[in-house]
Amino acid sequence: MPRYKIFMFFFLASEAFFFLALIIAYVYYSHPGGDLSATAQYLDFKRSALYTFFLLASSLTIWLVGRVSGNKKKFFRLFWISMTVILGLVFLFGQGSEYARLMQTDITVSKDVFGSAFFTLTGFHGLHVIIGLVVLSIFLLMTLSGRFRSVEKTVLESASLYWHFVDVVWLVVFSVVYIGAIL
Amino acid sequence: MRLSASIPEPNVPLPNILRNNGLLYWISSVDHKQIGIMYLCSSLIFFVLGFSEALLMRIQLAQPGMTLLSPELYNQIFTMHGTTMIFLVLTPMLIGFSTYLLPLMIGANEMAFPRLNAFSFWIFLFGGILLYFSFLAGGAPNVGWFSYAPLSEKNYSFSPGVDYWAISILLMGIGTIGAALNFVTTTLTMRVAGMSLTRVPLFVWMIFVNSFLILAAFPVLNAGLVMILIDRLLHAHFFTTASGGSALMWQHMFWVFGHPEVYILALPAFAIASEVIPVFSRKPIFGYEFIAGSTVAITLLSFGVWAHHMFAVGLGTTFNAFFAATSMLIAIPTGIKIFNWLATMWRGSILFSTAMLFAVAFLIEFTIGGLSGVGFALVPVDWRLTDSYFVVAHIHYVFIGATLICGFAGVYYWYPKITGRILSEKLGKWHFWLFIFGFNGTFFVFHFLGLLGMPRRVFTYPDLPYFGSLNLFSTFWSVVLILSFMVFIYNLFYSLKQGKPAGRNPWNAWSLEWLTNSPPDLKSFTEVPVVQSRRPLRDIRDSVQSGISALNETGVEHA
Repeated sequence: MPRYKIFMFFFLASEAFFFLALIIAYVYYSHPGGDLSATAQYLDFKRSALYTFFLLASSLTIWLVGRVSGNKKKFFRLFWISMTVILGLVFLFGQGSEYARLMQTDITVSKDVFGSAFFTLTGFHGLHVIIGLVVLSIFLLMTLSGRFRSVEKTVLESASLYWHFVDVVWLVVFSVVYIGAIL
Repeated sequence: MRLSASIPEPNVPLPNILRNNGLLYWISSVDHKQIGIMYLCSSLIFFVLGFSEALLMRIQLAQPGMTLLSPELYNQIFTMHGTTMIFLVLTPMLIGFSTYLLPLMIGANEMAFPRLNAFSFWIFLFGGILLYFSFLAGGAPNVGWFSYAPLSEKNYSFSPGVDYWAISILLMGIGTIGAALNFVTTTLTMRVAGMSLTRVPLFVWMIFVNSFLILAAFPVLNAGLVMILIDRLLHAHFFTTASGGSALMWQHMFWVFGHPEVYILALPAFAIASEVIPVFSRKPIFGYEFIAGSTVAITLLSFGVWAHHMFAVGLGTTFNAFFAATSMLIAIPTGIKIFNWLATMWRGSILFSTAMLFAVAFLIEFTIGGLSGVGFALVPVDWRLTDSYFVVAHIHYVFIGATLICGFAGVYYWYPKITGRILSEKLGKWHFWLFIFGFNGTFFVFHFLGLLGMPRRVFTYPDLPYFGSLNLFSTFWSVVLILSFMVFIYNLFYSLKQGKPAGRNPWNAWSLEWLTNSPPDLKSFTEVPVVQSRRPLRDIRDSVQSGISALNETGVEHA
């Protein structure tokens, strides 16, 4: 296995421990006294499910970047990377609007312990999406300008691994936070 | 049969470390040897700071009711002492050794990710500087090295010290994770032909396994640190019991990291001992497989023992019993190692060089620390002794008795490789004996003070029977410790210029780092033998003696 893949696997494994700690904290803090916090009812399950769908779709599009071949290869590559970035931005927009809506109903990081745990967990996930988008945008610009052919594959595969990981983390977070809230 | 494998790299004459000592050359370096040296040097500088803080505490405690340090300052000093010694001295010392030696031992010219290596070092260093900057920025952290909530929350600790503490440890944690990723990838991908994972030196194996410990433990600490930062800066409620949070959650998060951290600092020390003891006993290590396997056992078990730091919290009998049992279990793989090292020395022709003296002292001092540790696994004993000076004695016998002493053994053992000159053995013996007497004199009485009921982290104490005399005794011997460290630091500088030239392999050792020049050229190896056993240099010597030219130009020194 090439070095960068080994690196990415172990790096993502350590990231998984980071999120595991935050998820455990969320599960603990969202159940003060054993029952789900009353604040959880203000979460918007349907809209978040929709935005979750967009983020999952971006995993598919980044997979397609590596699969394109034929004479229009460069065009399709650019197309699928752009799609990934756009889908990621849509997800971030969704998360932003969810935050804005919650804050209007006075649910903030400092409101109660549920708010602290919710915003910390989803916020750190969002931060990882932003980092992924920055990496993908750099990759997009570099591909556009035709530079860095030699390491293109390395960067693309590492970025995809990272992006898939961020999606999987969101699936877990979505299950714990949103599906957990309507059960 | 191939006897050597060339490394496919351009053969450009590269600068030598000793010749090019311009500052920019070091700052911009991505060479693992230079970064390793920078780690070791920063560790030494922070050691002087951390040790001075310890001395201030010892002077303050020499007699009951002294007023050298105010209570506020004393809190800052002991917090900075603990944080400095653990995160800024022992960790970088061990990472420094690993960064320098791990590639050399597996016959590689570089780490897998040289720039990540430089990043890890610099983010660690700036984290350390940031921590000390807190003195100028309104007060150093003052809540102990494990920053228990809710004391570390804003309403109880208003100065920005805890923020600096959390951010700088976060930075150092990221640096440590980066280094661990590098060690894992380097070990997996860059071993020389023939060196299977069952043939790597135990040093490499332990650093490799230890890296997994880092990768799993540090992220949990980072999660806790960001939570306390969000608590303090954005007024969240994670650890504030008054508003629905849980102070206990911080203890869990900290010790889920904190106990593996003890092993993160101990395993590399074991790694050094596993190199030094066989070489100076002139025998292969006894039970290689058992030492390797018990390392893995320690790694796995270390994640199941954290709550023995929390017996006094009142988690319930079942909970306590579970963690008491696991804590006793982990003593077994550690004990296996001790017996393996003893058996390695058994009937060996032991050469008591300073490095070996330190390695032997490690076996004794660490056993004392280990035994008091097993004592803590007994819940009622822990209830009696928790947060007393007995704990302080235990932690110092583990961190000094294992980590620092092995660090000294490592310095005496590898200094010839790093600088090309052997440390003065005469000064080394002075350093050793002053250190052993100073260390035991300072810390052994802490056991008694703890049993008598002296709590840790108090800036002074009442004039109870024995308290004053035992504390004075400890302070007296800490002065001897100053002497020993002065001899050590003088020796480092003196031998850099005046030491005996080392040659490639002054100890007649067997692992690949001794195949390079001392100090190694920037490109350490031009040619590496195909490894056929766990002691490659011995194979080369044997084949040279039997007339086969193993290496065309490098020509190994042989006894």
